[in-house]
Amino acid sequence: MTKIDIIQNVYEKLGFSKKESADIVESVFDIIKDSLANGDKVKISGFGNFVVKEKRARRGRNPQTGQEISITARRVLTFKSSQVLRKALN
Amino acid sequence: MTKKDLIVKLQKQLKVYTHKDIAYAVNIIFDSMTDALNRGDRIEIRGFGNFTIRERKSRMGRNPKSGVEVKLEKRKTPFFKTGKELRLMVNKNGL
Repeated sequence: MTKIDIIQNVYEKLGFSKKESADIVESVFDIIKDSLANGDKVKISGFGNFVVKEKRARRGRNPQTGQEISITARRVLTFKSSQVLRKALN
Repeated sequence: MTKKDLIVKLQKQLKVYTHKDIAYAVNIIFDSMTDALNRGDRIEIRGFGNFTIRERKSRMGRNPKSGVEVKLEKRKTPFFKTGKELRLMVNKNGL
């Protein structure tokens, strides 16, 4: 499934035009992205939570060459799926 | 930000729709994504990330409170891999 399929779904179920449906779907992901870029978490009940985590700098290793490298401190995004979603899958 | 906040923001941004329509649209979006994962489909949102299903093997677990061993059946769990654009967005503003 890609964004086009999601847009198609909104279009069929909501009765908005293709363009309107596309605008809504694009905006949803844009708003979520902006919020995460600001370090905010995004909680979608029934689906899951997107949380930005701070990672400290650490020493790592290139798995291919075994060479030691330093990994800088960074922010990463994690997704924790909702119990509802996990239940639905099993 | 919760789903509710997302709906409010979306309505402010797009203006032309009612809160009800927007709420309905947002629910359709996440429901259709849930349905896709249920079918075993992966979801690819360019610039955002991919959702895939990962299988967890059955294993022996332990109730952490009572210490009783229990068998955990194999199960499916959703996995999210952040897209490049979003990964850079998240990391840039922080450092």
